[in-house]
Amino acid sequence: MSLQDDNIADHASDLDTASALQKGDDASAETFVRENIRWMVHTAERILKERSAAEDSVQAAFVKIFRSLDSFRGESSLRTWMRRIVVNQALMVLRKQERLRETSIEPLLPSFDGNGCRLDETWLVKDTPESLLASAQISQAVMTAIDKLPDAYRLVLLLRDIEEYSTSQVAHLLELSESNVKVRLHRARAALKKLLDPVLAGEISQ
Amino acid sequence: MTRSNSLRRRLHGRMFSLPGMITCNEFEDFILAYLDDELPRSKRRVFDWHIRLCKECREYLAAYIASLELTKKALATDEAASLPDVPDDLVTAVMEARKAS
Repeated sequence: MSLQDDNIADHASDLDTASALQKGDDASAETFVRENIRWMVHTAERILKERSAAEDSVQAAFVKIFRSLDSFRGESSLRTWMRRIVVNQALMVLRKQERLRETSIEPLLPSFDGNGCRLDETWLVKDTPESLLASAQISQAVMTAIDKLPDAYRLVLLLRDIEEYSTSQVAHLLELSESNVKVRLHRARAALKKLLDPVLAGEISQ
Repeated sequence: MTRSNSLRRRLHGRMFSLPGMITCNEFEDFILAYLDDELPRSKRRVFDWHIRLCKECREYLAAYIASLELTKKALATDEAASLPDVPDDLVTAVMEARKAS
């Protein structure tokens, strides 16, 4: 579920859930953990690209969630609130690993001649994303391409385009200026396009 | 790169440096704001004009948008079937950490 989709969520019932969890027994807490742990690991693993680090982040995130349930005000859905905690936890790990430092993405960016004219080959895109995604191989190619991006760019793309945070929220989460987020986002998209060109050109069979 | 491509690029280079035009390189810098609908009207006009005149940028932008849509669709899922299985050990560890905290 995206952050935008979350607007339709029933926040009042989420407040009840949060309140019940605070008073609740171990059995209801475990049910809550089991209902949410898979998407949380999925979210953390996308950010960290490592399963064991993702599981550690989720464990720490749950501790934080249980501790701070009384601060949940229902301004967003419970899931959005939890997602922010997981994302923050995973980003903390990335910071500790010093993986957020900017590294070169130049070889993946478009090139231009001395007159500012585009040098890269282009072609007409024939297939729609829906038809391309009918193939599991294509989905895998997209995941592999994203993982090839340097972390400093991959994270901006994941947070803005996939998790659907706003530019200012991404700037805050990654401790960057908004203009830097925009530059990185465009470069990440342009690099991803180059990596996905063989898919879009139909060179990876469906 | 063929000779005709090279000649075409030279002609494009001259044409796109005329007043009221932008080069492919400048076009590239405007893409994000264009897609976010944040380009001022005057810049949007030169951007649209460049798309009409430059086949390379037209096809590049189409591929850029297609790649973005493909990526969003490939990753935008929290559907149960696509989520990873989680070992019981992790649930147990979470429950123990909750008690300890």
